Amino acid sequence: MSATYLEAIREAQARALAEDPRVFIYGQDVGAFGGAFKATKNLAKEFPGRVIDAPISEDAIVGLAVGAAIDGLRPIVEMQFADFSIVGFNQIVNQAATLFWRTHVPCPITFRLPCGGTSGSGPFHSQSLETVYAHYPGLVVMTPATVEDAYGMLLAAVTLEDPVIFCEHKLLYYHLKADKLPTEALPVGKARIARVGRDLTIVTYSAMLHEALVVAEELAGEGTEVEVVDLRTVKPLDTDTVMASVARTGRLLAVGESWPWGGVTAEIVARVTSEGFNLLDAPPQRLNAKDTPVPFHPNLWKAHRPTAGTIAAAARNLVRM
Amino acid sequence: MVSSVLSRETGAEAASRRESYIEAYRWMLLARTLDDKFASLYRAGKLQGGVFLGRGQEALSVAAGLALRKGDVFAPLIRDLAGRLAFGEPVVDAVRTYYGSALGPMRGRDGNVHRGRPREGLLPMISHLGAMISVVNGVLFARRMKGVAGTVGVASIGDGATSTGSFHEAINQAAVEKLPLVLVIANNQYAYSTFTDRQFACQALVDKAPGYGVTGWTVNGTDLADCLDVLTSAVARARGGGGPQLVEAHLLRLCGHGEHDDAGYVDPRLKSSEMGRDCLKVAEEFLLKQDWAGRDQLQHWRGESIEKVDQTVAQVQREAGPDPYREDWCALASKHLSEPHPS
Ligand SMILES: Cc1ncc(C[n+]2csc(CCOP(=O)(O)OP(=O)(O)O)c2C)c(N)n1
Ligand SMILES: [Mg+2]
Repeated sequence: MSATYLEAIREAQARALAEDPRVFIYGQDVGAFGGAFKATKNLAKEFPGRVIDAPISEDAIVGLAVGAAIDGLRPIVEMQFADFSIVGFNQIVNQAATLFWRTHVPCPITFRLPCGGTSGSGPFHSQSLETVYAHYPGLVVMTPATVEDAYGMLLAAVTLEDPVIFCEHKLLYYHLKADKLPTEALPVGKARIARVGRDLTIVTYSAMLHEALVVAEELAGEGTEVEVVDLRTVKPLDTDTVMASVARTGRLLAVGESWPWGGVTAEIVARVTSEGFNLLDAPPQRLNAKDTPVPFHPNLWKAHRPTAGTIAAAARNLVRM
Repeated sequence: MVSSVLSRETGAEAASRRESYIEAYRWMLLARTLDDKFASLYRAGKLQGGVFLGRGQEALSVAAGLALRKGDVFAPLIRDLAGRLAFGEPVVDAVRTYYGSALGPMRGRDGNVHRGRPREGLLPMISHLGAMISVVNGVLFARRMKGVAGTVGVASIGDGATSTGSFHEAINQAAVEKLPLVLVIANNQYAYSTFTDRQFACQALVDKAPGYGVTGWTVNGTDLADCLDVLTSAVARARGGGGPQLVEAHLLRLCGHGEHDDAGYVDPRLKSSEMGRDCLKVAEEFLLKQDWAGRDQLQHWRGESIEKVDQTVAQVQREAGPDPYREDWCALASKHLSEPHPS
């Protein structure tokens, strides 16, 4: 059975619900309606009483999930858009993320955040918040880029004993397809070499992986072999895989869709610089969205985020350095 | 209210009412004794961080703690020592958490009033006001999903915290889900230094209950009998399937916001009003008047409380603090996913 990224997310939830009676889904419009993106389509019917519509109360949605987790359940919380998770931010970072450390009682909750920009969505339906959540201790932050990972990592998230921020990219929902869903998954926290190359390493994740792969193909035609690392999980960050790749290529370009101040790409550059300075043949570079809210109009939106065009330009520059 | 009950009650009922009152009084006394001890340790510079007392709120708090039973859920706040003890928190947990002892439930990672044992239904508050209510909802929701009947959850809140978005979201959520939540508002007239007129514009906080579709109750927080009566009824109603209950208690905070605060802003007229009565004194007078206890008995109970507190403090003072070299510095239960700490 072929599946899209979105279908993979639905299938993973169906399987989690079927295999573990402690799992339930809570979020706005997730019940009979099947969710704003249809990620829970038919699940309320297949699993009566376990896929539950919530009021528009992100704070209380997360709080309820924490209480349920304390009592031994494993909630999946669907935020309608990642942007709205900020209303529940306090409960995520101060309640869910501190519980285990403070009390030794684990807090297994999967927070599904439909994230990332899509044309025409504007400042409040386009945010990439992995950086913000990764800053707080006590959370695992996943950013799957493929259909296989959307499926396997979501299943892994539900079985983890910790709160997981599962950033699913809306741009990948419908376009990305796989022939079949995987039976095995890489371990959580392990990055993947998505393409092998010897001249330059691009480290990225989520939708930007696909832009980077386009760039690698394009630069191959110019005689530059780009290695592409898909982080998969931004926290924990698989520094070893990144460092090993930079050891082979001597050049690093970190690409992310979130804002430029601090964040995942800055973290990668900082780690490679401090732990692998001697591996570098050129100053490490990074590319992010611009430091403004995400714009509405397609012309502006396309120029706001990194694209194959801007990534290729940065990569060519880096090779010449 | 109490007197009308009195006239119709049987001998056995009267005896049990007397017993409950005495039990409640003794928890209040223990809480007051321990609070006084914390205050003096704070003044002596023996405690790290803040000290927050429940002075004047023991009657309300103990009534909430006693109305619950094993298996129930309680999310106390900063003025709930009496309720905690009545619900089953050991004195040593409180003392160890104030001292940051490695042997306490929070092991020095969190302190003072931020303590609990989630698996035993005692939720450890985070500081962010209003945030615990929906967590209680979550436990109640889980019980229902697991088919466990009869659990009640009590969440404490102050007048100030009723202004938070979290309060609104959580009580509405409880109402939508028809959860057996009892939300106890201690309207002690002040939120830190802010008087209620800068906090809300409704006549009474209990007026919010019908707006949320929940049952509302008002109680005199200085009167233990009234507190026991109302809290027992509200908890029974929630347990019987009556959905969320909102209780507003009228009382006055008889201490600073914390021990760092001299509360010079509290209106002296409030202090001399009925609301400013000390619930512990009122309870003692009631015990004497009813002839449920004599002065010697009260003195004896006081002595017992002091001994318990002194003994526990002496024990905890000898315990080691947490060792930073033995701390694992890992916030995740999944240790293998811990980020490395560059040295
Ligand atoms: C969300 C939030 N904002 C501010 C504070 C700081 N703060 C702690 S207690 C307090 C006053 C609380 O007043 P009230 O709710 O009436 O409770 P009381 O102290 O009177 O028992 C404030 C402002 C906080 N803990 N949480
Ligand atoms: Mg107050």
